[in-house]
Amino acid sequence: MSDSHATAVDTAESHPQLRHHFANMEQQKNTASLGMWLFLVTEIMFFGGLFCAYLIYRLMHFNAFAAASQQLDIKWGAFNTAVLLVSSVTVVLAVRAAQDGNRKQLVGYLVITVLLGLTFLGVKAIEYKEKFEKHHVPGPTFAFTNTFDDNGKQIPVNPKEAELFFSLYFAMTGMHALHMIIGCGLFSVLAVLAWKGHYSPGYYTPIENAGLYWHLVDIIWIYLFPLLYLISRHS
Amino acid sequence: MATTVIPAQPISRPTNYLTNGFTLKSWLLTTDHKRIAILYLISVTLFFFLGGFFAMLIRLELLTPQGDLMHADSYNKVFTAHGMIMVFFFLIPVVPAILGNFLVPLMIGAKDLAFPRINLLSWYLYIVAGGIMIHVLLNGGVDTGWTLYSPFSTQFSNTNVIEAGIAIFIVGFSSIFTGLNFIVTVHRMRAPGLTWSRLPLFIWAQYATSLIMILGTPVIAITTVMLAVERLFHLGIFDPKLGGDPLLFQHLFWFYSHPAVYIMILPSMGVISELITCFSHKRVFGYKIVALSSIAIAVIGFLVWAHHMFVTGISLYAALIFSFITFFVGVPSAIKVFNWTATLYRGSISFATPMLYAFGFIGLFTIGGLTGLFLASLGVDVHVTDTYFVVSHFHYVMVGGVVMGYLGGMHFWWPKISGRMYPEGWAKLSALFVFVGFNLTFFPQFVLGYVGMPRRYWQYPPEFQVLNVLSTAGASVLAVGYLLPMVYFAWSLRYGPIAGPNPWNAAGLEWKTASPPPTFNFDETPVVTWEAYNYDEIEPKLEDGGIR
Amino acid sequence: MSEHEHVTSRAFSIALGIGLLVLTAITVKAAFINLGAFNPVVALLIATVKATLVVLFFMHVKGASEKLTSVVVISGFFFLAILLSLSLADYLTRSWR
Repeated sequence: MSDSHATAVDTAESHPQLRHHFANMEQQKNTASLGMWLFLVTEIMFFGGLFCAYLIYRLMHFNAFAAASQQLDIKWGAFNTAVLLVSSVTVVLAVRAAQDGNRKQLVGYLVITVLLGLTFLGVKAIEYKEKFEKHHVPGPTFAFTNTFDDNGKQIPVNPKEAELFFSLYFAMTGMHALHMIIGCGLFSVLAVLAWKGHYSPGYYTPIENAGLYWHLVDIIWIYLFPLLYLISRHS
Repeated sequence: MATTVIPAQPISRPTNYLTNGFTLKSWLLTTDHKRIAILYLISVTLFFFLGGFFAMLIRLELLTPQGDLMHADSYNKVFTAHGMIMVFFFLIPVVPAILGNFLVPLMIGAKDLAFPRINLLSWYLYIVAGGIMIHVLLNGGVDTGWTLYSPFSTQFSNTNVIEAGIAIFIVGFSSIFTGLNFIVTVHRMRAPGLTWSRLPLFIWAQYATSLIMILGTPVIAITTVMLAVERLFHLGIFDPKLGGDPLLFQHLFWFYSHPAVYIMILPSMGVISELITCFSHKRVFGYKIVALSSIAIAVIGFLVWAHHMFVTGISLYAALIFSFITFFVGVPSAIKVFNWTATLYRGSISFATPMLYAFGFIGLFTIGGLTGLFLASLGVDVHVTDTYFVVSHFHYVMVGGVVMGYLGGMHFWWPKISGRMYPEGWAKLSALFVFVGFNLTFFPQFVLGYVGMPRRYWQYPPEFQVLNVLSTAGASVLAVGYLLPMVYFAWSLRYGPIAGPNPWNAAGLEWKTASPPPTFNFDETPVVTWEAYNYDEIEPKLEDGGIR
Repeated sequence: MSEHEHVTSRAFSIALGIGLLVLTAITVKAAFINLGAFNPVVALLIATVKATLVVLFFMHVKGASEKLTSVVVISGFFFLAILLSLSLADYLTRSWR
């Protein structure tokens, strides 16, 4: 279809969710969807600044980054990746349930998604706690004595450079976790509204758009996991 | 539009957006894009005069070679305040948030922007950020320059850098929401028949601007976050002692802040396209290429940022690439200038005030743009980096370009906004003041910079005084030129002649509805069956006193 | 456009989810094999495959009624690539580092 003004006109009587400045529900839905996609682009650029810093410093201080990365727990990282991927599936199923008008399924999948999100955050909290205990939190208490193992050869690394890795680690995962918290809050509200019957096969745009947001947060983690956890693990 | 049946209004007088509610609440909680534009008009104007106040302090200090008005520290804070306010609170929002907000839905035949509540939110974000910025100023200001360069901003400055960063972060999101709204609106809300090739060039310019707002602003947002976090927790992201690289800050900063220059100038270019074609009473020359040149400027603008960093020690090879690409931005900009000029050819030109501003824009922007090419050349740039040559160059683009376009647009659409005509004689006089004052202020700065006066110093060798006095004198004339429109616009609200829907006999949907427009813009959704700027089908207006 | 249009079936979504988990396992395994300079390449390649699958099928870009969505997505990553590549153009060619 053309992206312009649609010709068919819905009335406020037949569609209570139709806002005054749209001609019909389809125009309103397409508008909201495009707005969400553009917002996701701003999110990509927002994280892009962090990715840029990461990329440059990783190239500059590869040994320190590898040594520091090896201090992260790959099991937790992989587990959290799996949790997020499963939650993406449940979001897809939630949107589908909304399309079908299956209210119970919709609420169920939304609740599962929130629980998976909270699981992710819980694991993140465990990891952060471990960083505190190992003095891997950047700041005055930071300490790093590990070396970079280059095929059996132990190369000492500058702790300042390892600290830089952890600064970026906390900045990137912290910013990601903030987005997860927002996503969990969003889905909780949507679950309540869905329970109250706000959504129908003719109107489920908020579910769909929140889903798009959740998938993007998932995609960011898909990149964060190998970049942060998997540097030079083979040595 | 198959009308949704609206019961006949009991009021006999036709209401417009201004008379639709008089309470403070009806303004502060409005979702009407036209009212939000007025809210922006008031707040942006306040910040313009605040930034102008700091500009006057700078010029007064530089009247004499000695630092006699203020200390070096205060001077740092004053030019920082001038830069931050003018860039983030005036130049970036001025045309999109005021004229764009008002005109985008009108020009495309929509009832409102796609997301009216987000539009209001973006104004509130602007106000919150502005409040924080004023709080920063009252608490002693910031002394880093508007560029906030690390390591000074992260390690050495004792001023409110973090708070200023928060203000920039928030006002950035205001700008992102405006851009997002415009893009979605242009895609989704156009009237039937209004194809992309029939869109006004102002819309194309707003669209290109919005692309930059969406793609660039998030990067400055995350950069200010990194800056604040580094300052707060003494991390080493930009600190070479801790493994970081201060140049990375500049890379990320200019990735946004160079395209931001096009956020400022593109909307004004859109205004000028409208003015030139209307007051030549002729379809714009090369519509398609002018439209696409806006997009080209937006895209190429993202590829040139490190030309701000030629002397910082970036790699010579990178500098060559950035220098080379910078020349390419000149191409679409020149296309616009040539097409505007070609539009004039055999046009039936009238010299109404908006057209005077358009002429001013073309001349001054050309000077600003060409000196930009000097600066894009590595060798010349090394010679004039951080001198008044650079200051003058970007003021020719920002003030000679953006502000000229803005004032031209305000005069052109004032009858639509207010329903009244401004006094033409006073307006012409003030346009003259602006043009003369501007050149007197900034042309001497080209010379000053070329002979070696560095920017951001509060005192200078006595041999530079004559040119500095000229510049300060020019700034005073310019100030009069800026204050006059305030007075006569306000005057015209009550005493100006009624404008009628289309005082200029202009093409474009915004002129086909009442002035001021009704709340939902059009009584019936218009159906567009004509090409843009079909001036050959519109009778020229002859009694406006213009020279033919 | 039907409101009940399903771009992906439920079974397909679940299968895709399992596929993504398998890819995650492969990433982890691959990280422990010495591929020299290709370790990060492989890791990022797999991540990109995963991200593409999520965008195309979970976010329904494949089968979307208009091309605009893909244009938006691609332009987002395109400008990110500009940020990264032109910054690297400086860092990778510095003579004094």
